[in-house]
Amino acid sequence: MSEPVLRVEGLRVAFDHPLGKVQAVDDVSFALAPGERFGLAGESGSGKSTLALSILRLIKPPGRIEAGEVWLAGTRLGDLDEDGMRALRLAGIALVPQGSMNSLNPVLRIGGQIGDALAEHGLPLTRGEAERRIAALLAEVGLPETVARMYPHELSGGMKQRACIAIAICLRPKVIIADEPTSALDVVVQRQVMATLARVQRELGAAVILVGHDMGLMAQFVDRLAIMYAGRLVEVAPIAEMITRPRHPYTRALIASLPSLDTRGALAGIPGLAPLLRDLPDGCAFHPRCTLAVGRCRTEKPKLRDIDGAQVACHLA
Amino acid sequence: MTRSAFRYIRRNPSMAVGITLLTVLALFVIVGNLLVDTEDARPLSAPTLRPPSQEYPFGTDRQGRDLLAVMVAGTPLTLRIGFVAGFLGVGIGTVLAFVGAFYRGLIDTIIRGIADIGLTVPGLLVLIIIAVSIKGTLTVNQMAIVVASLAWLYPTRTIRAQVLSLRERGYVEVARLSGMSGPSIIFFELMPNLLPYLAATLVSSVSAAILASIGLEVLGLGPIDAPTLGMTLYWVNFNAAMINGWWWWWTAPTVIILTVFLGLFFLTVGLDEIANPRLRRSA
Amino acid sequence: MVSLIEAVDVSKRFAGGLGRESTLALAGLSLAIHAEKPSIIAVVGESGSGKTTLARLLLGLTEPSGGSIRYRGSDLRKLTRDERRAFRRDVQAVFQDPYGVYNPFYRVDHVLTTPVRRFRLAASRAQARELIGETLRLVGLQPEEILGRFPHQLSGGQRQRVMVARALLLKPKLIVADEPVSMVDASLRATILGSLRKLTDERGISILYITHDLATAYQVSDTILVLYRAHVAEAGKVELVVKAPQHPYTQLLISAIPRAHVARDWLAKDEDRQAAPALAGSAGCCFAERCPLASPDCLGAQPALYRTEPGRAVACVQFGDYPALPTGGLGEVLSV
Repeated sequence: MSEPVLRVEGLRVAFDHPLGKVQAVDDVSFALAPGERFGLAGESGSGKSTLALSILRLIKPPGRIEAGEVWLAGTRLGDLDEDGMRALRLAGIALVPQGSMNSLNPVLRIGGQIGDALAEHGLPLTRGEAERRIAALLAEVGLPETVARMYPHELSGGMKQRACIAIAICLRPKVIIADEPTSALDVVVQRQVMATLARVQRELGAAVILVGHDMGLMAQFVDRLAIMYAGRLVEVAPIAEMITRPRHPYTRALIASLPSLDTRGALAGIPGLAPLLRDLPDGCAFHPRCTLAVGRCRTEKPKLRDIDGAQVACHLA
Repeated sequence: MTRSAFRYIRRNPSMAVGITLLTVLALFVIVGNLLVDTEDARPLSAPTLRPPSQEYPFGTDRQGRDLLAVMVAGTPLTLRIGFVAGFLGVGIGTVLAFVGAFYRGLIDTIIRGIADIGLTVPGLLVLIIIAVSIKGTLTVNQMAIVVASLAWLYPTRTIRAQVLSLRERGYVEVARLSGMSGPSIIFFELMPNLLPYLAATLVSSVSAAILASIGLEVLGLGPIDAPTLGMTLYWVNFNAAMINGWWWWWTAPTVIILTVFLGLFFLTVGLDEIANPRLRRSA
Repeated sequence: MVSLIEAVDVSKRFAGGLGRESTLALAGLSLAIHAEKPSIIAVVGESGSGKTTLARLLLGLTEPSGGSIRYRGSDLRKLTRDERRAFRRDVQAVFQDPYGVYNPFYRVDHVLTTPVRRFRLAASRAQARELIGETLRLVGLQPEEILGRFPHQLSGGQRQRVMVARALLLKPKLIVADEPVSMVDASLRATILGSLRKLTDERGISILYITHDLATAYQVSDTILVLYRAHVAEAGKVELVVKAPQHPYTQLLISAIPRAHVARDWLAKDEDRQAAPALAGSAGCCFAERCPLASPDCLGAQPALYRTEPGRAVACVQFGDYPALPTGGLGEVLSV
């Protein structure tokens, strides 16, 4: 791809737990093209939220970033100190966090919260300019300007989420990380919010990382999808490729377990349980549940390699 | 076993400090009672107004009491008032809180109403009025009951709030579906989860009771003949010990009272950390 | 034939409090569930539709504001102690949250031994252990891996399956499952739902499957009830309602589900309207303000349920020419 806007290389994040070290993110590398929509899918305990937070260096003890580098359009984030990182958050990479609706300060008006974000980053705006800017931002996410004077509890779930998107784009970031932005929303409202995100992202030219577990949502929104399992990337491919030709056994099983609205058939889940991150099996983390596992899978961890247009971490792909 | 104990102390230092202080106090009382003759806590046991010396390590007061004996005899008395009143208060409070919060309705309104009104009345004032109304001098046990009469108000309110929130938990509904009756649910499902909170409330209730009793005693409304810490301070005031420069008279009870309260305070903080996992610091 | 459990014109209103009006959670709903023909009925709706309220009313965890819930003909509020025990044995539940339903103080065994003890399901401790072990195996769990553990030591999926086992211990005729898999990982959902389906097919237990996820409802149930804002929008056989929806809300709901297809038309279909000012707040059909087909006919009163086919009923004035369902007719439409 042309110069990637975000590059992650060899990221490793661990949590120190009295019962043992938990490797939440294990050697993850990927690159994001400008304006690309990238999906990061995985079930609970896969490490996807930790990965998203670690890109922004928002991991607090007992978690720590053990290794790896992140580049944002040529700037190596490892070179920045905490002040530099703070300036970068929201202005360079913005986060729409999980449970956004609870991330809005309940005692401040929406306009005030957006204004705070602008002021924090040292934008020299007069009162009037700030108000106009806020009204314009709200319009971008499809909210009337009266919302600026409202408190969060006066808004519906979907409106709150869109307010969070407004905060996320107020400084024109190059990358927006949306961590399960619609998980608590109704299906119809979900579509509104995702449509808003899509439009806003297109107009900004920003890249989006959508973290989630709803494969249907991924299929309809992202350009490329990465699947995470037990802290590692197991498959990365353009979305159409992944749906029609999933290469990793986990991806295949995941897609097969999705309930379809087209035909009623046998309900097929994946047998077994996702492994505990502090107690991973040797070799490939998926092998205990994999129908194709062979001897090598039990001893050697597969690396992510290129296979015509996709990347797969499986010995048998 | 000890390694995990040490690790826990690092995570919850308040608890360790609290237990240490209270243990020191307990040792003082126990060892003291073995080494010192508590009869010397009575007046006219020793020469008056002697500063601390080898024979009288804490000195003596104006009535000829050996102050070391007074401390050794009086500390458990003060503590006893606090414990009896604190336990009674929390005991009554727990029962009322559970009944009100679980069954709601009229009974809850009544209990809550009485507690709310009671809490707005200045406690010390009520205690003074009660103490003054009792004919003759109070015994230590009567003190405890006087203080307990108000000690249940605050625990009722706070425990009720906890039960109200626990009541909505999923496992209470599941218990109902599994055939458990109201009282069983209170006892087997709700109570065990409240034990850490009850323990913390108990400790702070004891602390408040001790304070109230010392307050009453300093005002002269306590058991006049008992060598309790509060009564000692009453005599300190009565005899203007501070102005007269008899520093040893008020230093001993003050230090012990401080130790008691600091110990109980740190214990409460430590218990609070157990009761509220969100306050836990990582190792 | 007396139904097992029946809602007779049941409504539920939650009081508003200072300065807020009351909320209507469920408007007069009549529904009868019979034990003789076990099936899975899905109750689908968004938050605020009334589906959880319906579940709690049927379980006797809350009382209706109007109408009544009858267990084998007797009003739930007036059951004798024996009748109440029989009710608890016949109607059980599985809830959404696999975390909050466990008392953190006890091991998971507690949740299984309590009903055994309370309902005297076993004569001795050994018998109880056997009964519990057998029931755990029924839901695909190994007793050795589950018993003796604390809730936080099991995964969400395991916890949820233990809850299903708990419900099964009493050999109920109906299990009300309120969003049983929405907090469980996608790969495990199908397994748990599959075991629920087996319960109906092999053990004759009816299931009321409450969910907002139409796709799983389509896969696992026989009939479906679509709720919108306290009212029934559409009801009937799942193949009819999902593949050929007639109510505008059902159509909106189905189009709003993102599919894992290569065709990307989902975002473009975002045409949900804001309330048209003239129609907002009127006394007519609850969906009128968002309905693309709304007309003045919709403003009079909430439309009745019209039976457009033997296996389906729709509450929309478009179908006013069809016969309206009599009270109690919903149970008939929903029986397979």
